[in-house]
Amino acid sequence: MSKTFSVGGIHPHDNKISANQAIENLPLPAVAYISMAQHIGAPAEPVVGKGDYVQVGQIIGKASGFISANIHASVSGVVKSVEPYPNPLGNKSMTVIIDVQGDEWMEGIDQSAELVGDINLSGPEIVKKIAEGGVVGLGGATFPTHVKLSPPPDKKAECLVLNGAECEPFLTSDHRLMLEKGAEIVVGTQLMMRALGVQKGYIGIEENKPDAIRHLSKLVKQHSGIEIVSLKKRYPQGGEKQLIEAVVKRQVPSMGLPIDIGVVVQNVGTALAVYEAVQKNKPLVEKVVTLTGRSLLNQRNFRVRIGAPLSELIAAVGGLPEDTVKVVLGGPMMGESALHLEAPVLKGSSAVLFLSEQETKRLPQSACIRCSKCIEACPMGLEPYLLYKYGLSNCVEELEQNHVYDCMICGCCMYTCPAYLPLLDMMRFSRNQVLAIMKNRPKN
Amino acid sequence: MLSVLGVFLAAVLYFVAQKFKVYEDPRIDEVGAVLPGGNCGGCGLPGCRAFAECCVQAESLDELFCPVGGNALMASVAQILGRTAVEKTPTLAVLRCGGSCEKRESTNQYDGMASCMVAASLYGGSTACRYGCLMLGDCVRVCTFGALHMDSQTGLPVVDEPLCTGCGACVKACPKVLFELRNVGPKGRRLYVNCQNKDKGAVARKACQAACIGCGKCVKVCTFNAIALENNLAYIDFHTCKLCRKCVPECPTGAIVEVNFPPKKAVDATPQPINHSVNS
Repeated sequence: MSKTFSVGGIHPHDNKISANQAIENLPLPAVAYISMAQHIGAPAEPVVGKGDYVQVGQIIGKASGFISANIHASVSGVVKSVEPYPNPLGNKSMTVIIDVQGDEWMEGIDQSAELVGDINLSGPEIVKKIAEGGVVGLGGATFPTHVKLSPPPDKKAECLVLNGAECEPFLTSDHRLMLEKGAEIVVGTQLMMRALGVQKGYIGIEENKPDAIRHLSKLVKQHSGIEIVSLKKRYPQGGEKQLIEAVVKRQVPSMGLPIDIGVVVQNVGTALAVYEAVQKNKPLVEKVVTLTGRSLLNQRNFRVRIGAPLSELIAAVGGLPEDTVKVVLGGPMMGESALHLEAPVLKGSSAVLFLSEQETKRLPQSACIRCSKCIEACPMGLEPYLLYKYGLSNCVEELEQNHVYDCMICGCCMYTCPAYLPLLDMMRFSRNQVLAIMKNRPKN
Repeated sequence: MLSVLGVFLAAVLYFVAQKFKVYEDPRIDEVGAVLPGGNCGGCGLPGCRAFAECCVQAESLDELFCPVGGNALMASVAQILGRTAVEKTPTLAVLRCGGSCEKRESTNQYDGMASCMVAASLYGGSTACRYGCLMLGDCVRVCTFGALHMDSQTGLPVVDEPLCTGCGACVKACPKVLFELRNVGPKGRRLYVNCQNKDKGAVARKACQAACIGCGKCVKVCTFNAIALENNLAYIDFHTCKLCRKCVPECPTGAIVEVNFPPKKAVDATPQPINHSVNS
């Protein structure tokens, strides 16, 4: 019996066209643009300068502050410059630009495909290695993993939930990883369970990936602590709060964190990165990226070096499809459209999606007819139509009273709106506005 | 019976009204009558009534100023209250972005909600310049006096000088902070750097033909030290600027704009007389 969350949600067509494409290595890029701000929190401090020679896996950006992550060179070569470079959204961040020469890895990195299943390290040692490896949450939020794995002393984790839901349409990178790197993901899960000191781990997978469920169920048979949970197909099942509710039947309180109810959530891709960082000494320098779109002929799942420009990925699938008007990084629901194609792949990029005009066109908006579809669809139990109205007249207090800060920008409201109102745009803006006000409010 | 009840209730109402009478300074209404009544918030208070109350209660009028009515209005307020008002130089809103459609190439199309605030929270803008006008017209919507409209040719908002009261609503509404309240100037003559791009010269120039590239030529030529260069961007201080216009021809990108000046005398406009003779 498949499980799911209780409130809201929608059922978009899943469009997993690239699900049968095995992961391939993308050829090395000619130039890599490695941004220092690829994670939530303080950007890393660059520690290399122009003209330095770097090897793959060498630290080029040191974490600055508690919530921050190390950045490693994903290619070997000479640093061309360290300068602000626009990320896919057009916002500039300090970027190390490397002219690629050969493919020379740092000593001590195990590049073989051999599985290292024995865990010899203690919890704190594992967390330290994860921090050194610059591992961040690869589900898209890019929260530094080592921070998530070191809960504050007054809070105790009880179980680990691994997110293999991949509820966004089109994306297949996690699906392929579970099929091809299942054993590694299981070891990664064990490592994180040891780091947290928990005995119970769950891997939640949506039932539109039966092969992944079968494969991982077989693999976890010999590990008593890990359980595979089959989930109903529903968006946004991969949202942290929704996944926890579906898997362990607990609700995260408003403004709270999963750790408040004793749960830590990690993505399956993160589990693989943790495995590689701890067992193989390999920092996070590669990322599986799905290249897909309805009109793309060559659907691909590429293993890409972080910092490779999008243009190289697009060239590898034979150029942009003719009808493409929008290149989206991530899925169609929560992905963000790229402003320029020389932008690099970041740690959080899970897919490059090509959308045609018909798929992206916004229809002319009309008045709200109070059909309450958005309320039914909101997985956080908010009233998007009301928040939209408050947002338009900038009623910040009312927005706060109506919990706009709980919005997770999943886009369900706008997906269902028959009046085509820009609910999501307004919600995102209001949420950020209210969160900023709350953050700056003096605490009594 | 009913008339007795009526008289009785009227008496009750009279005594209640006397008992709970709220005294209101009659001068509040007097001051309110001379205020413009636009409730624009330019004075920093929520509406004209609040401003009137504040004027009456405040000890001096030094901190209070209605930018819409200006000095004349403040003088009449001061007369009503028997105090003195501070004279302020009139200001008006100036858009400091010259990146019109033809000067600034569009790099992408935005199809989200038509609001500058929302667009600015999402990304850097539809051109390569992250500092420039987003052309979605939040400023036009907040202007209570109808002093702003979008120019369909340039894509930029235009300030209608006679209508602008300098209330500052557009300054607050613009997420890129492109508006500035500047002195109206003698005979409306003004001189300002029409750009906010803080990128390095080459980057700024590539993004927009009208960008200030921070070359500093204007700073060197200015005899009054009125121009400061900070973060690759020149800024003309309107308090010290003597409107000599030496900086205007120096600017390689034409980012320094002169408004309401008479056309320059035909010193460097040599081709003009020749044209004239051909025509006649």
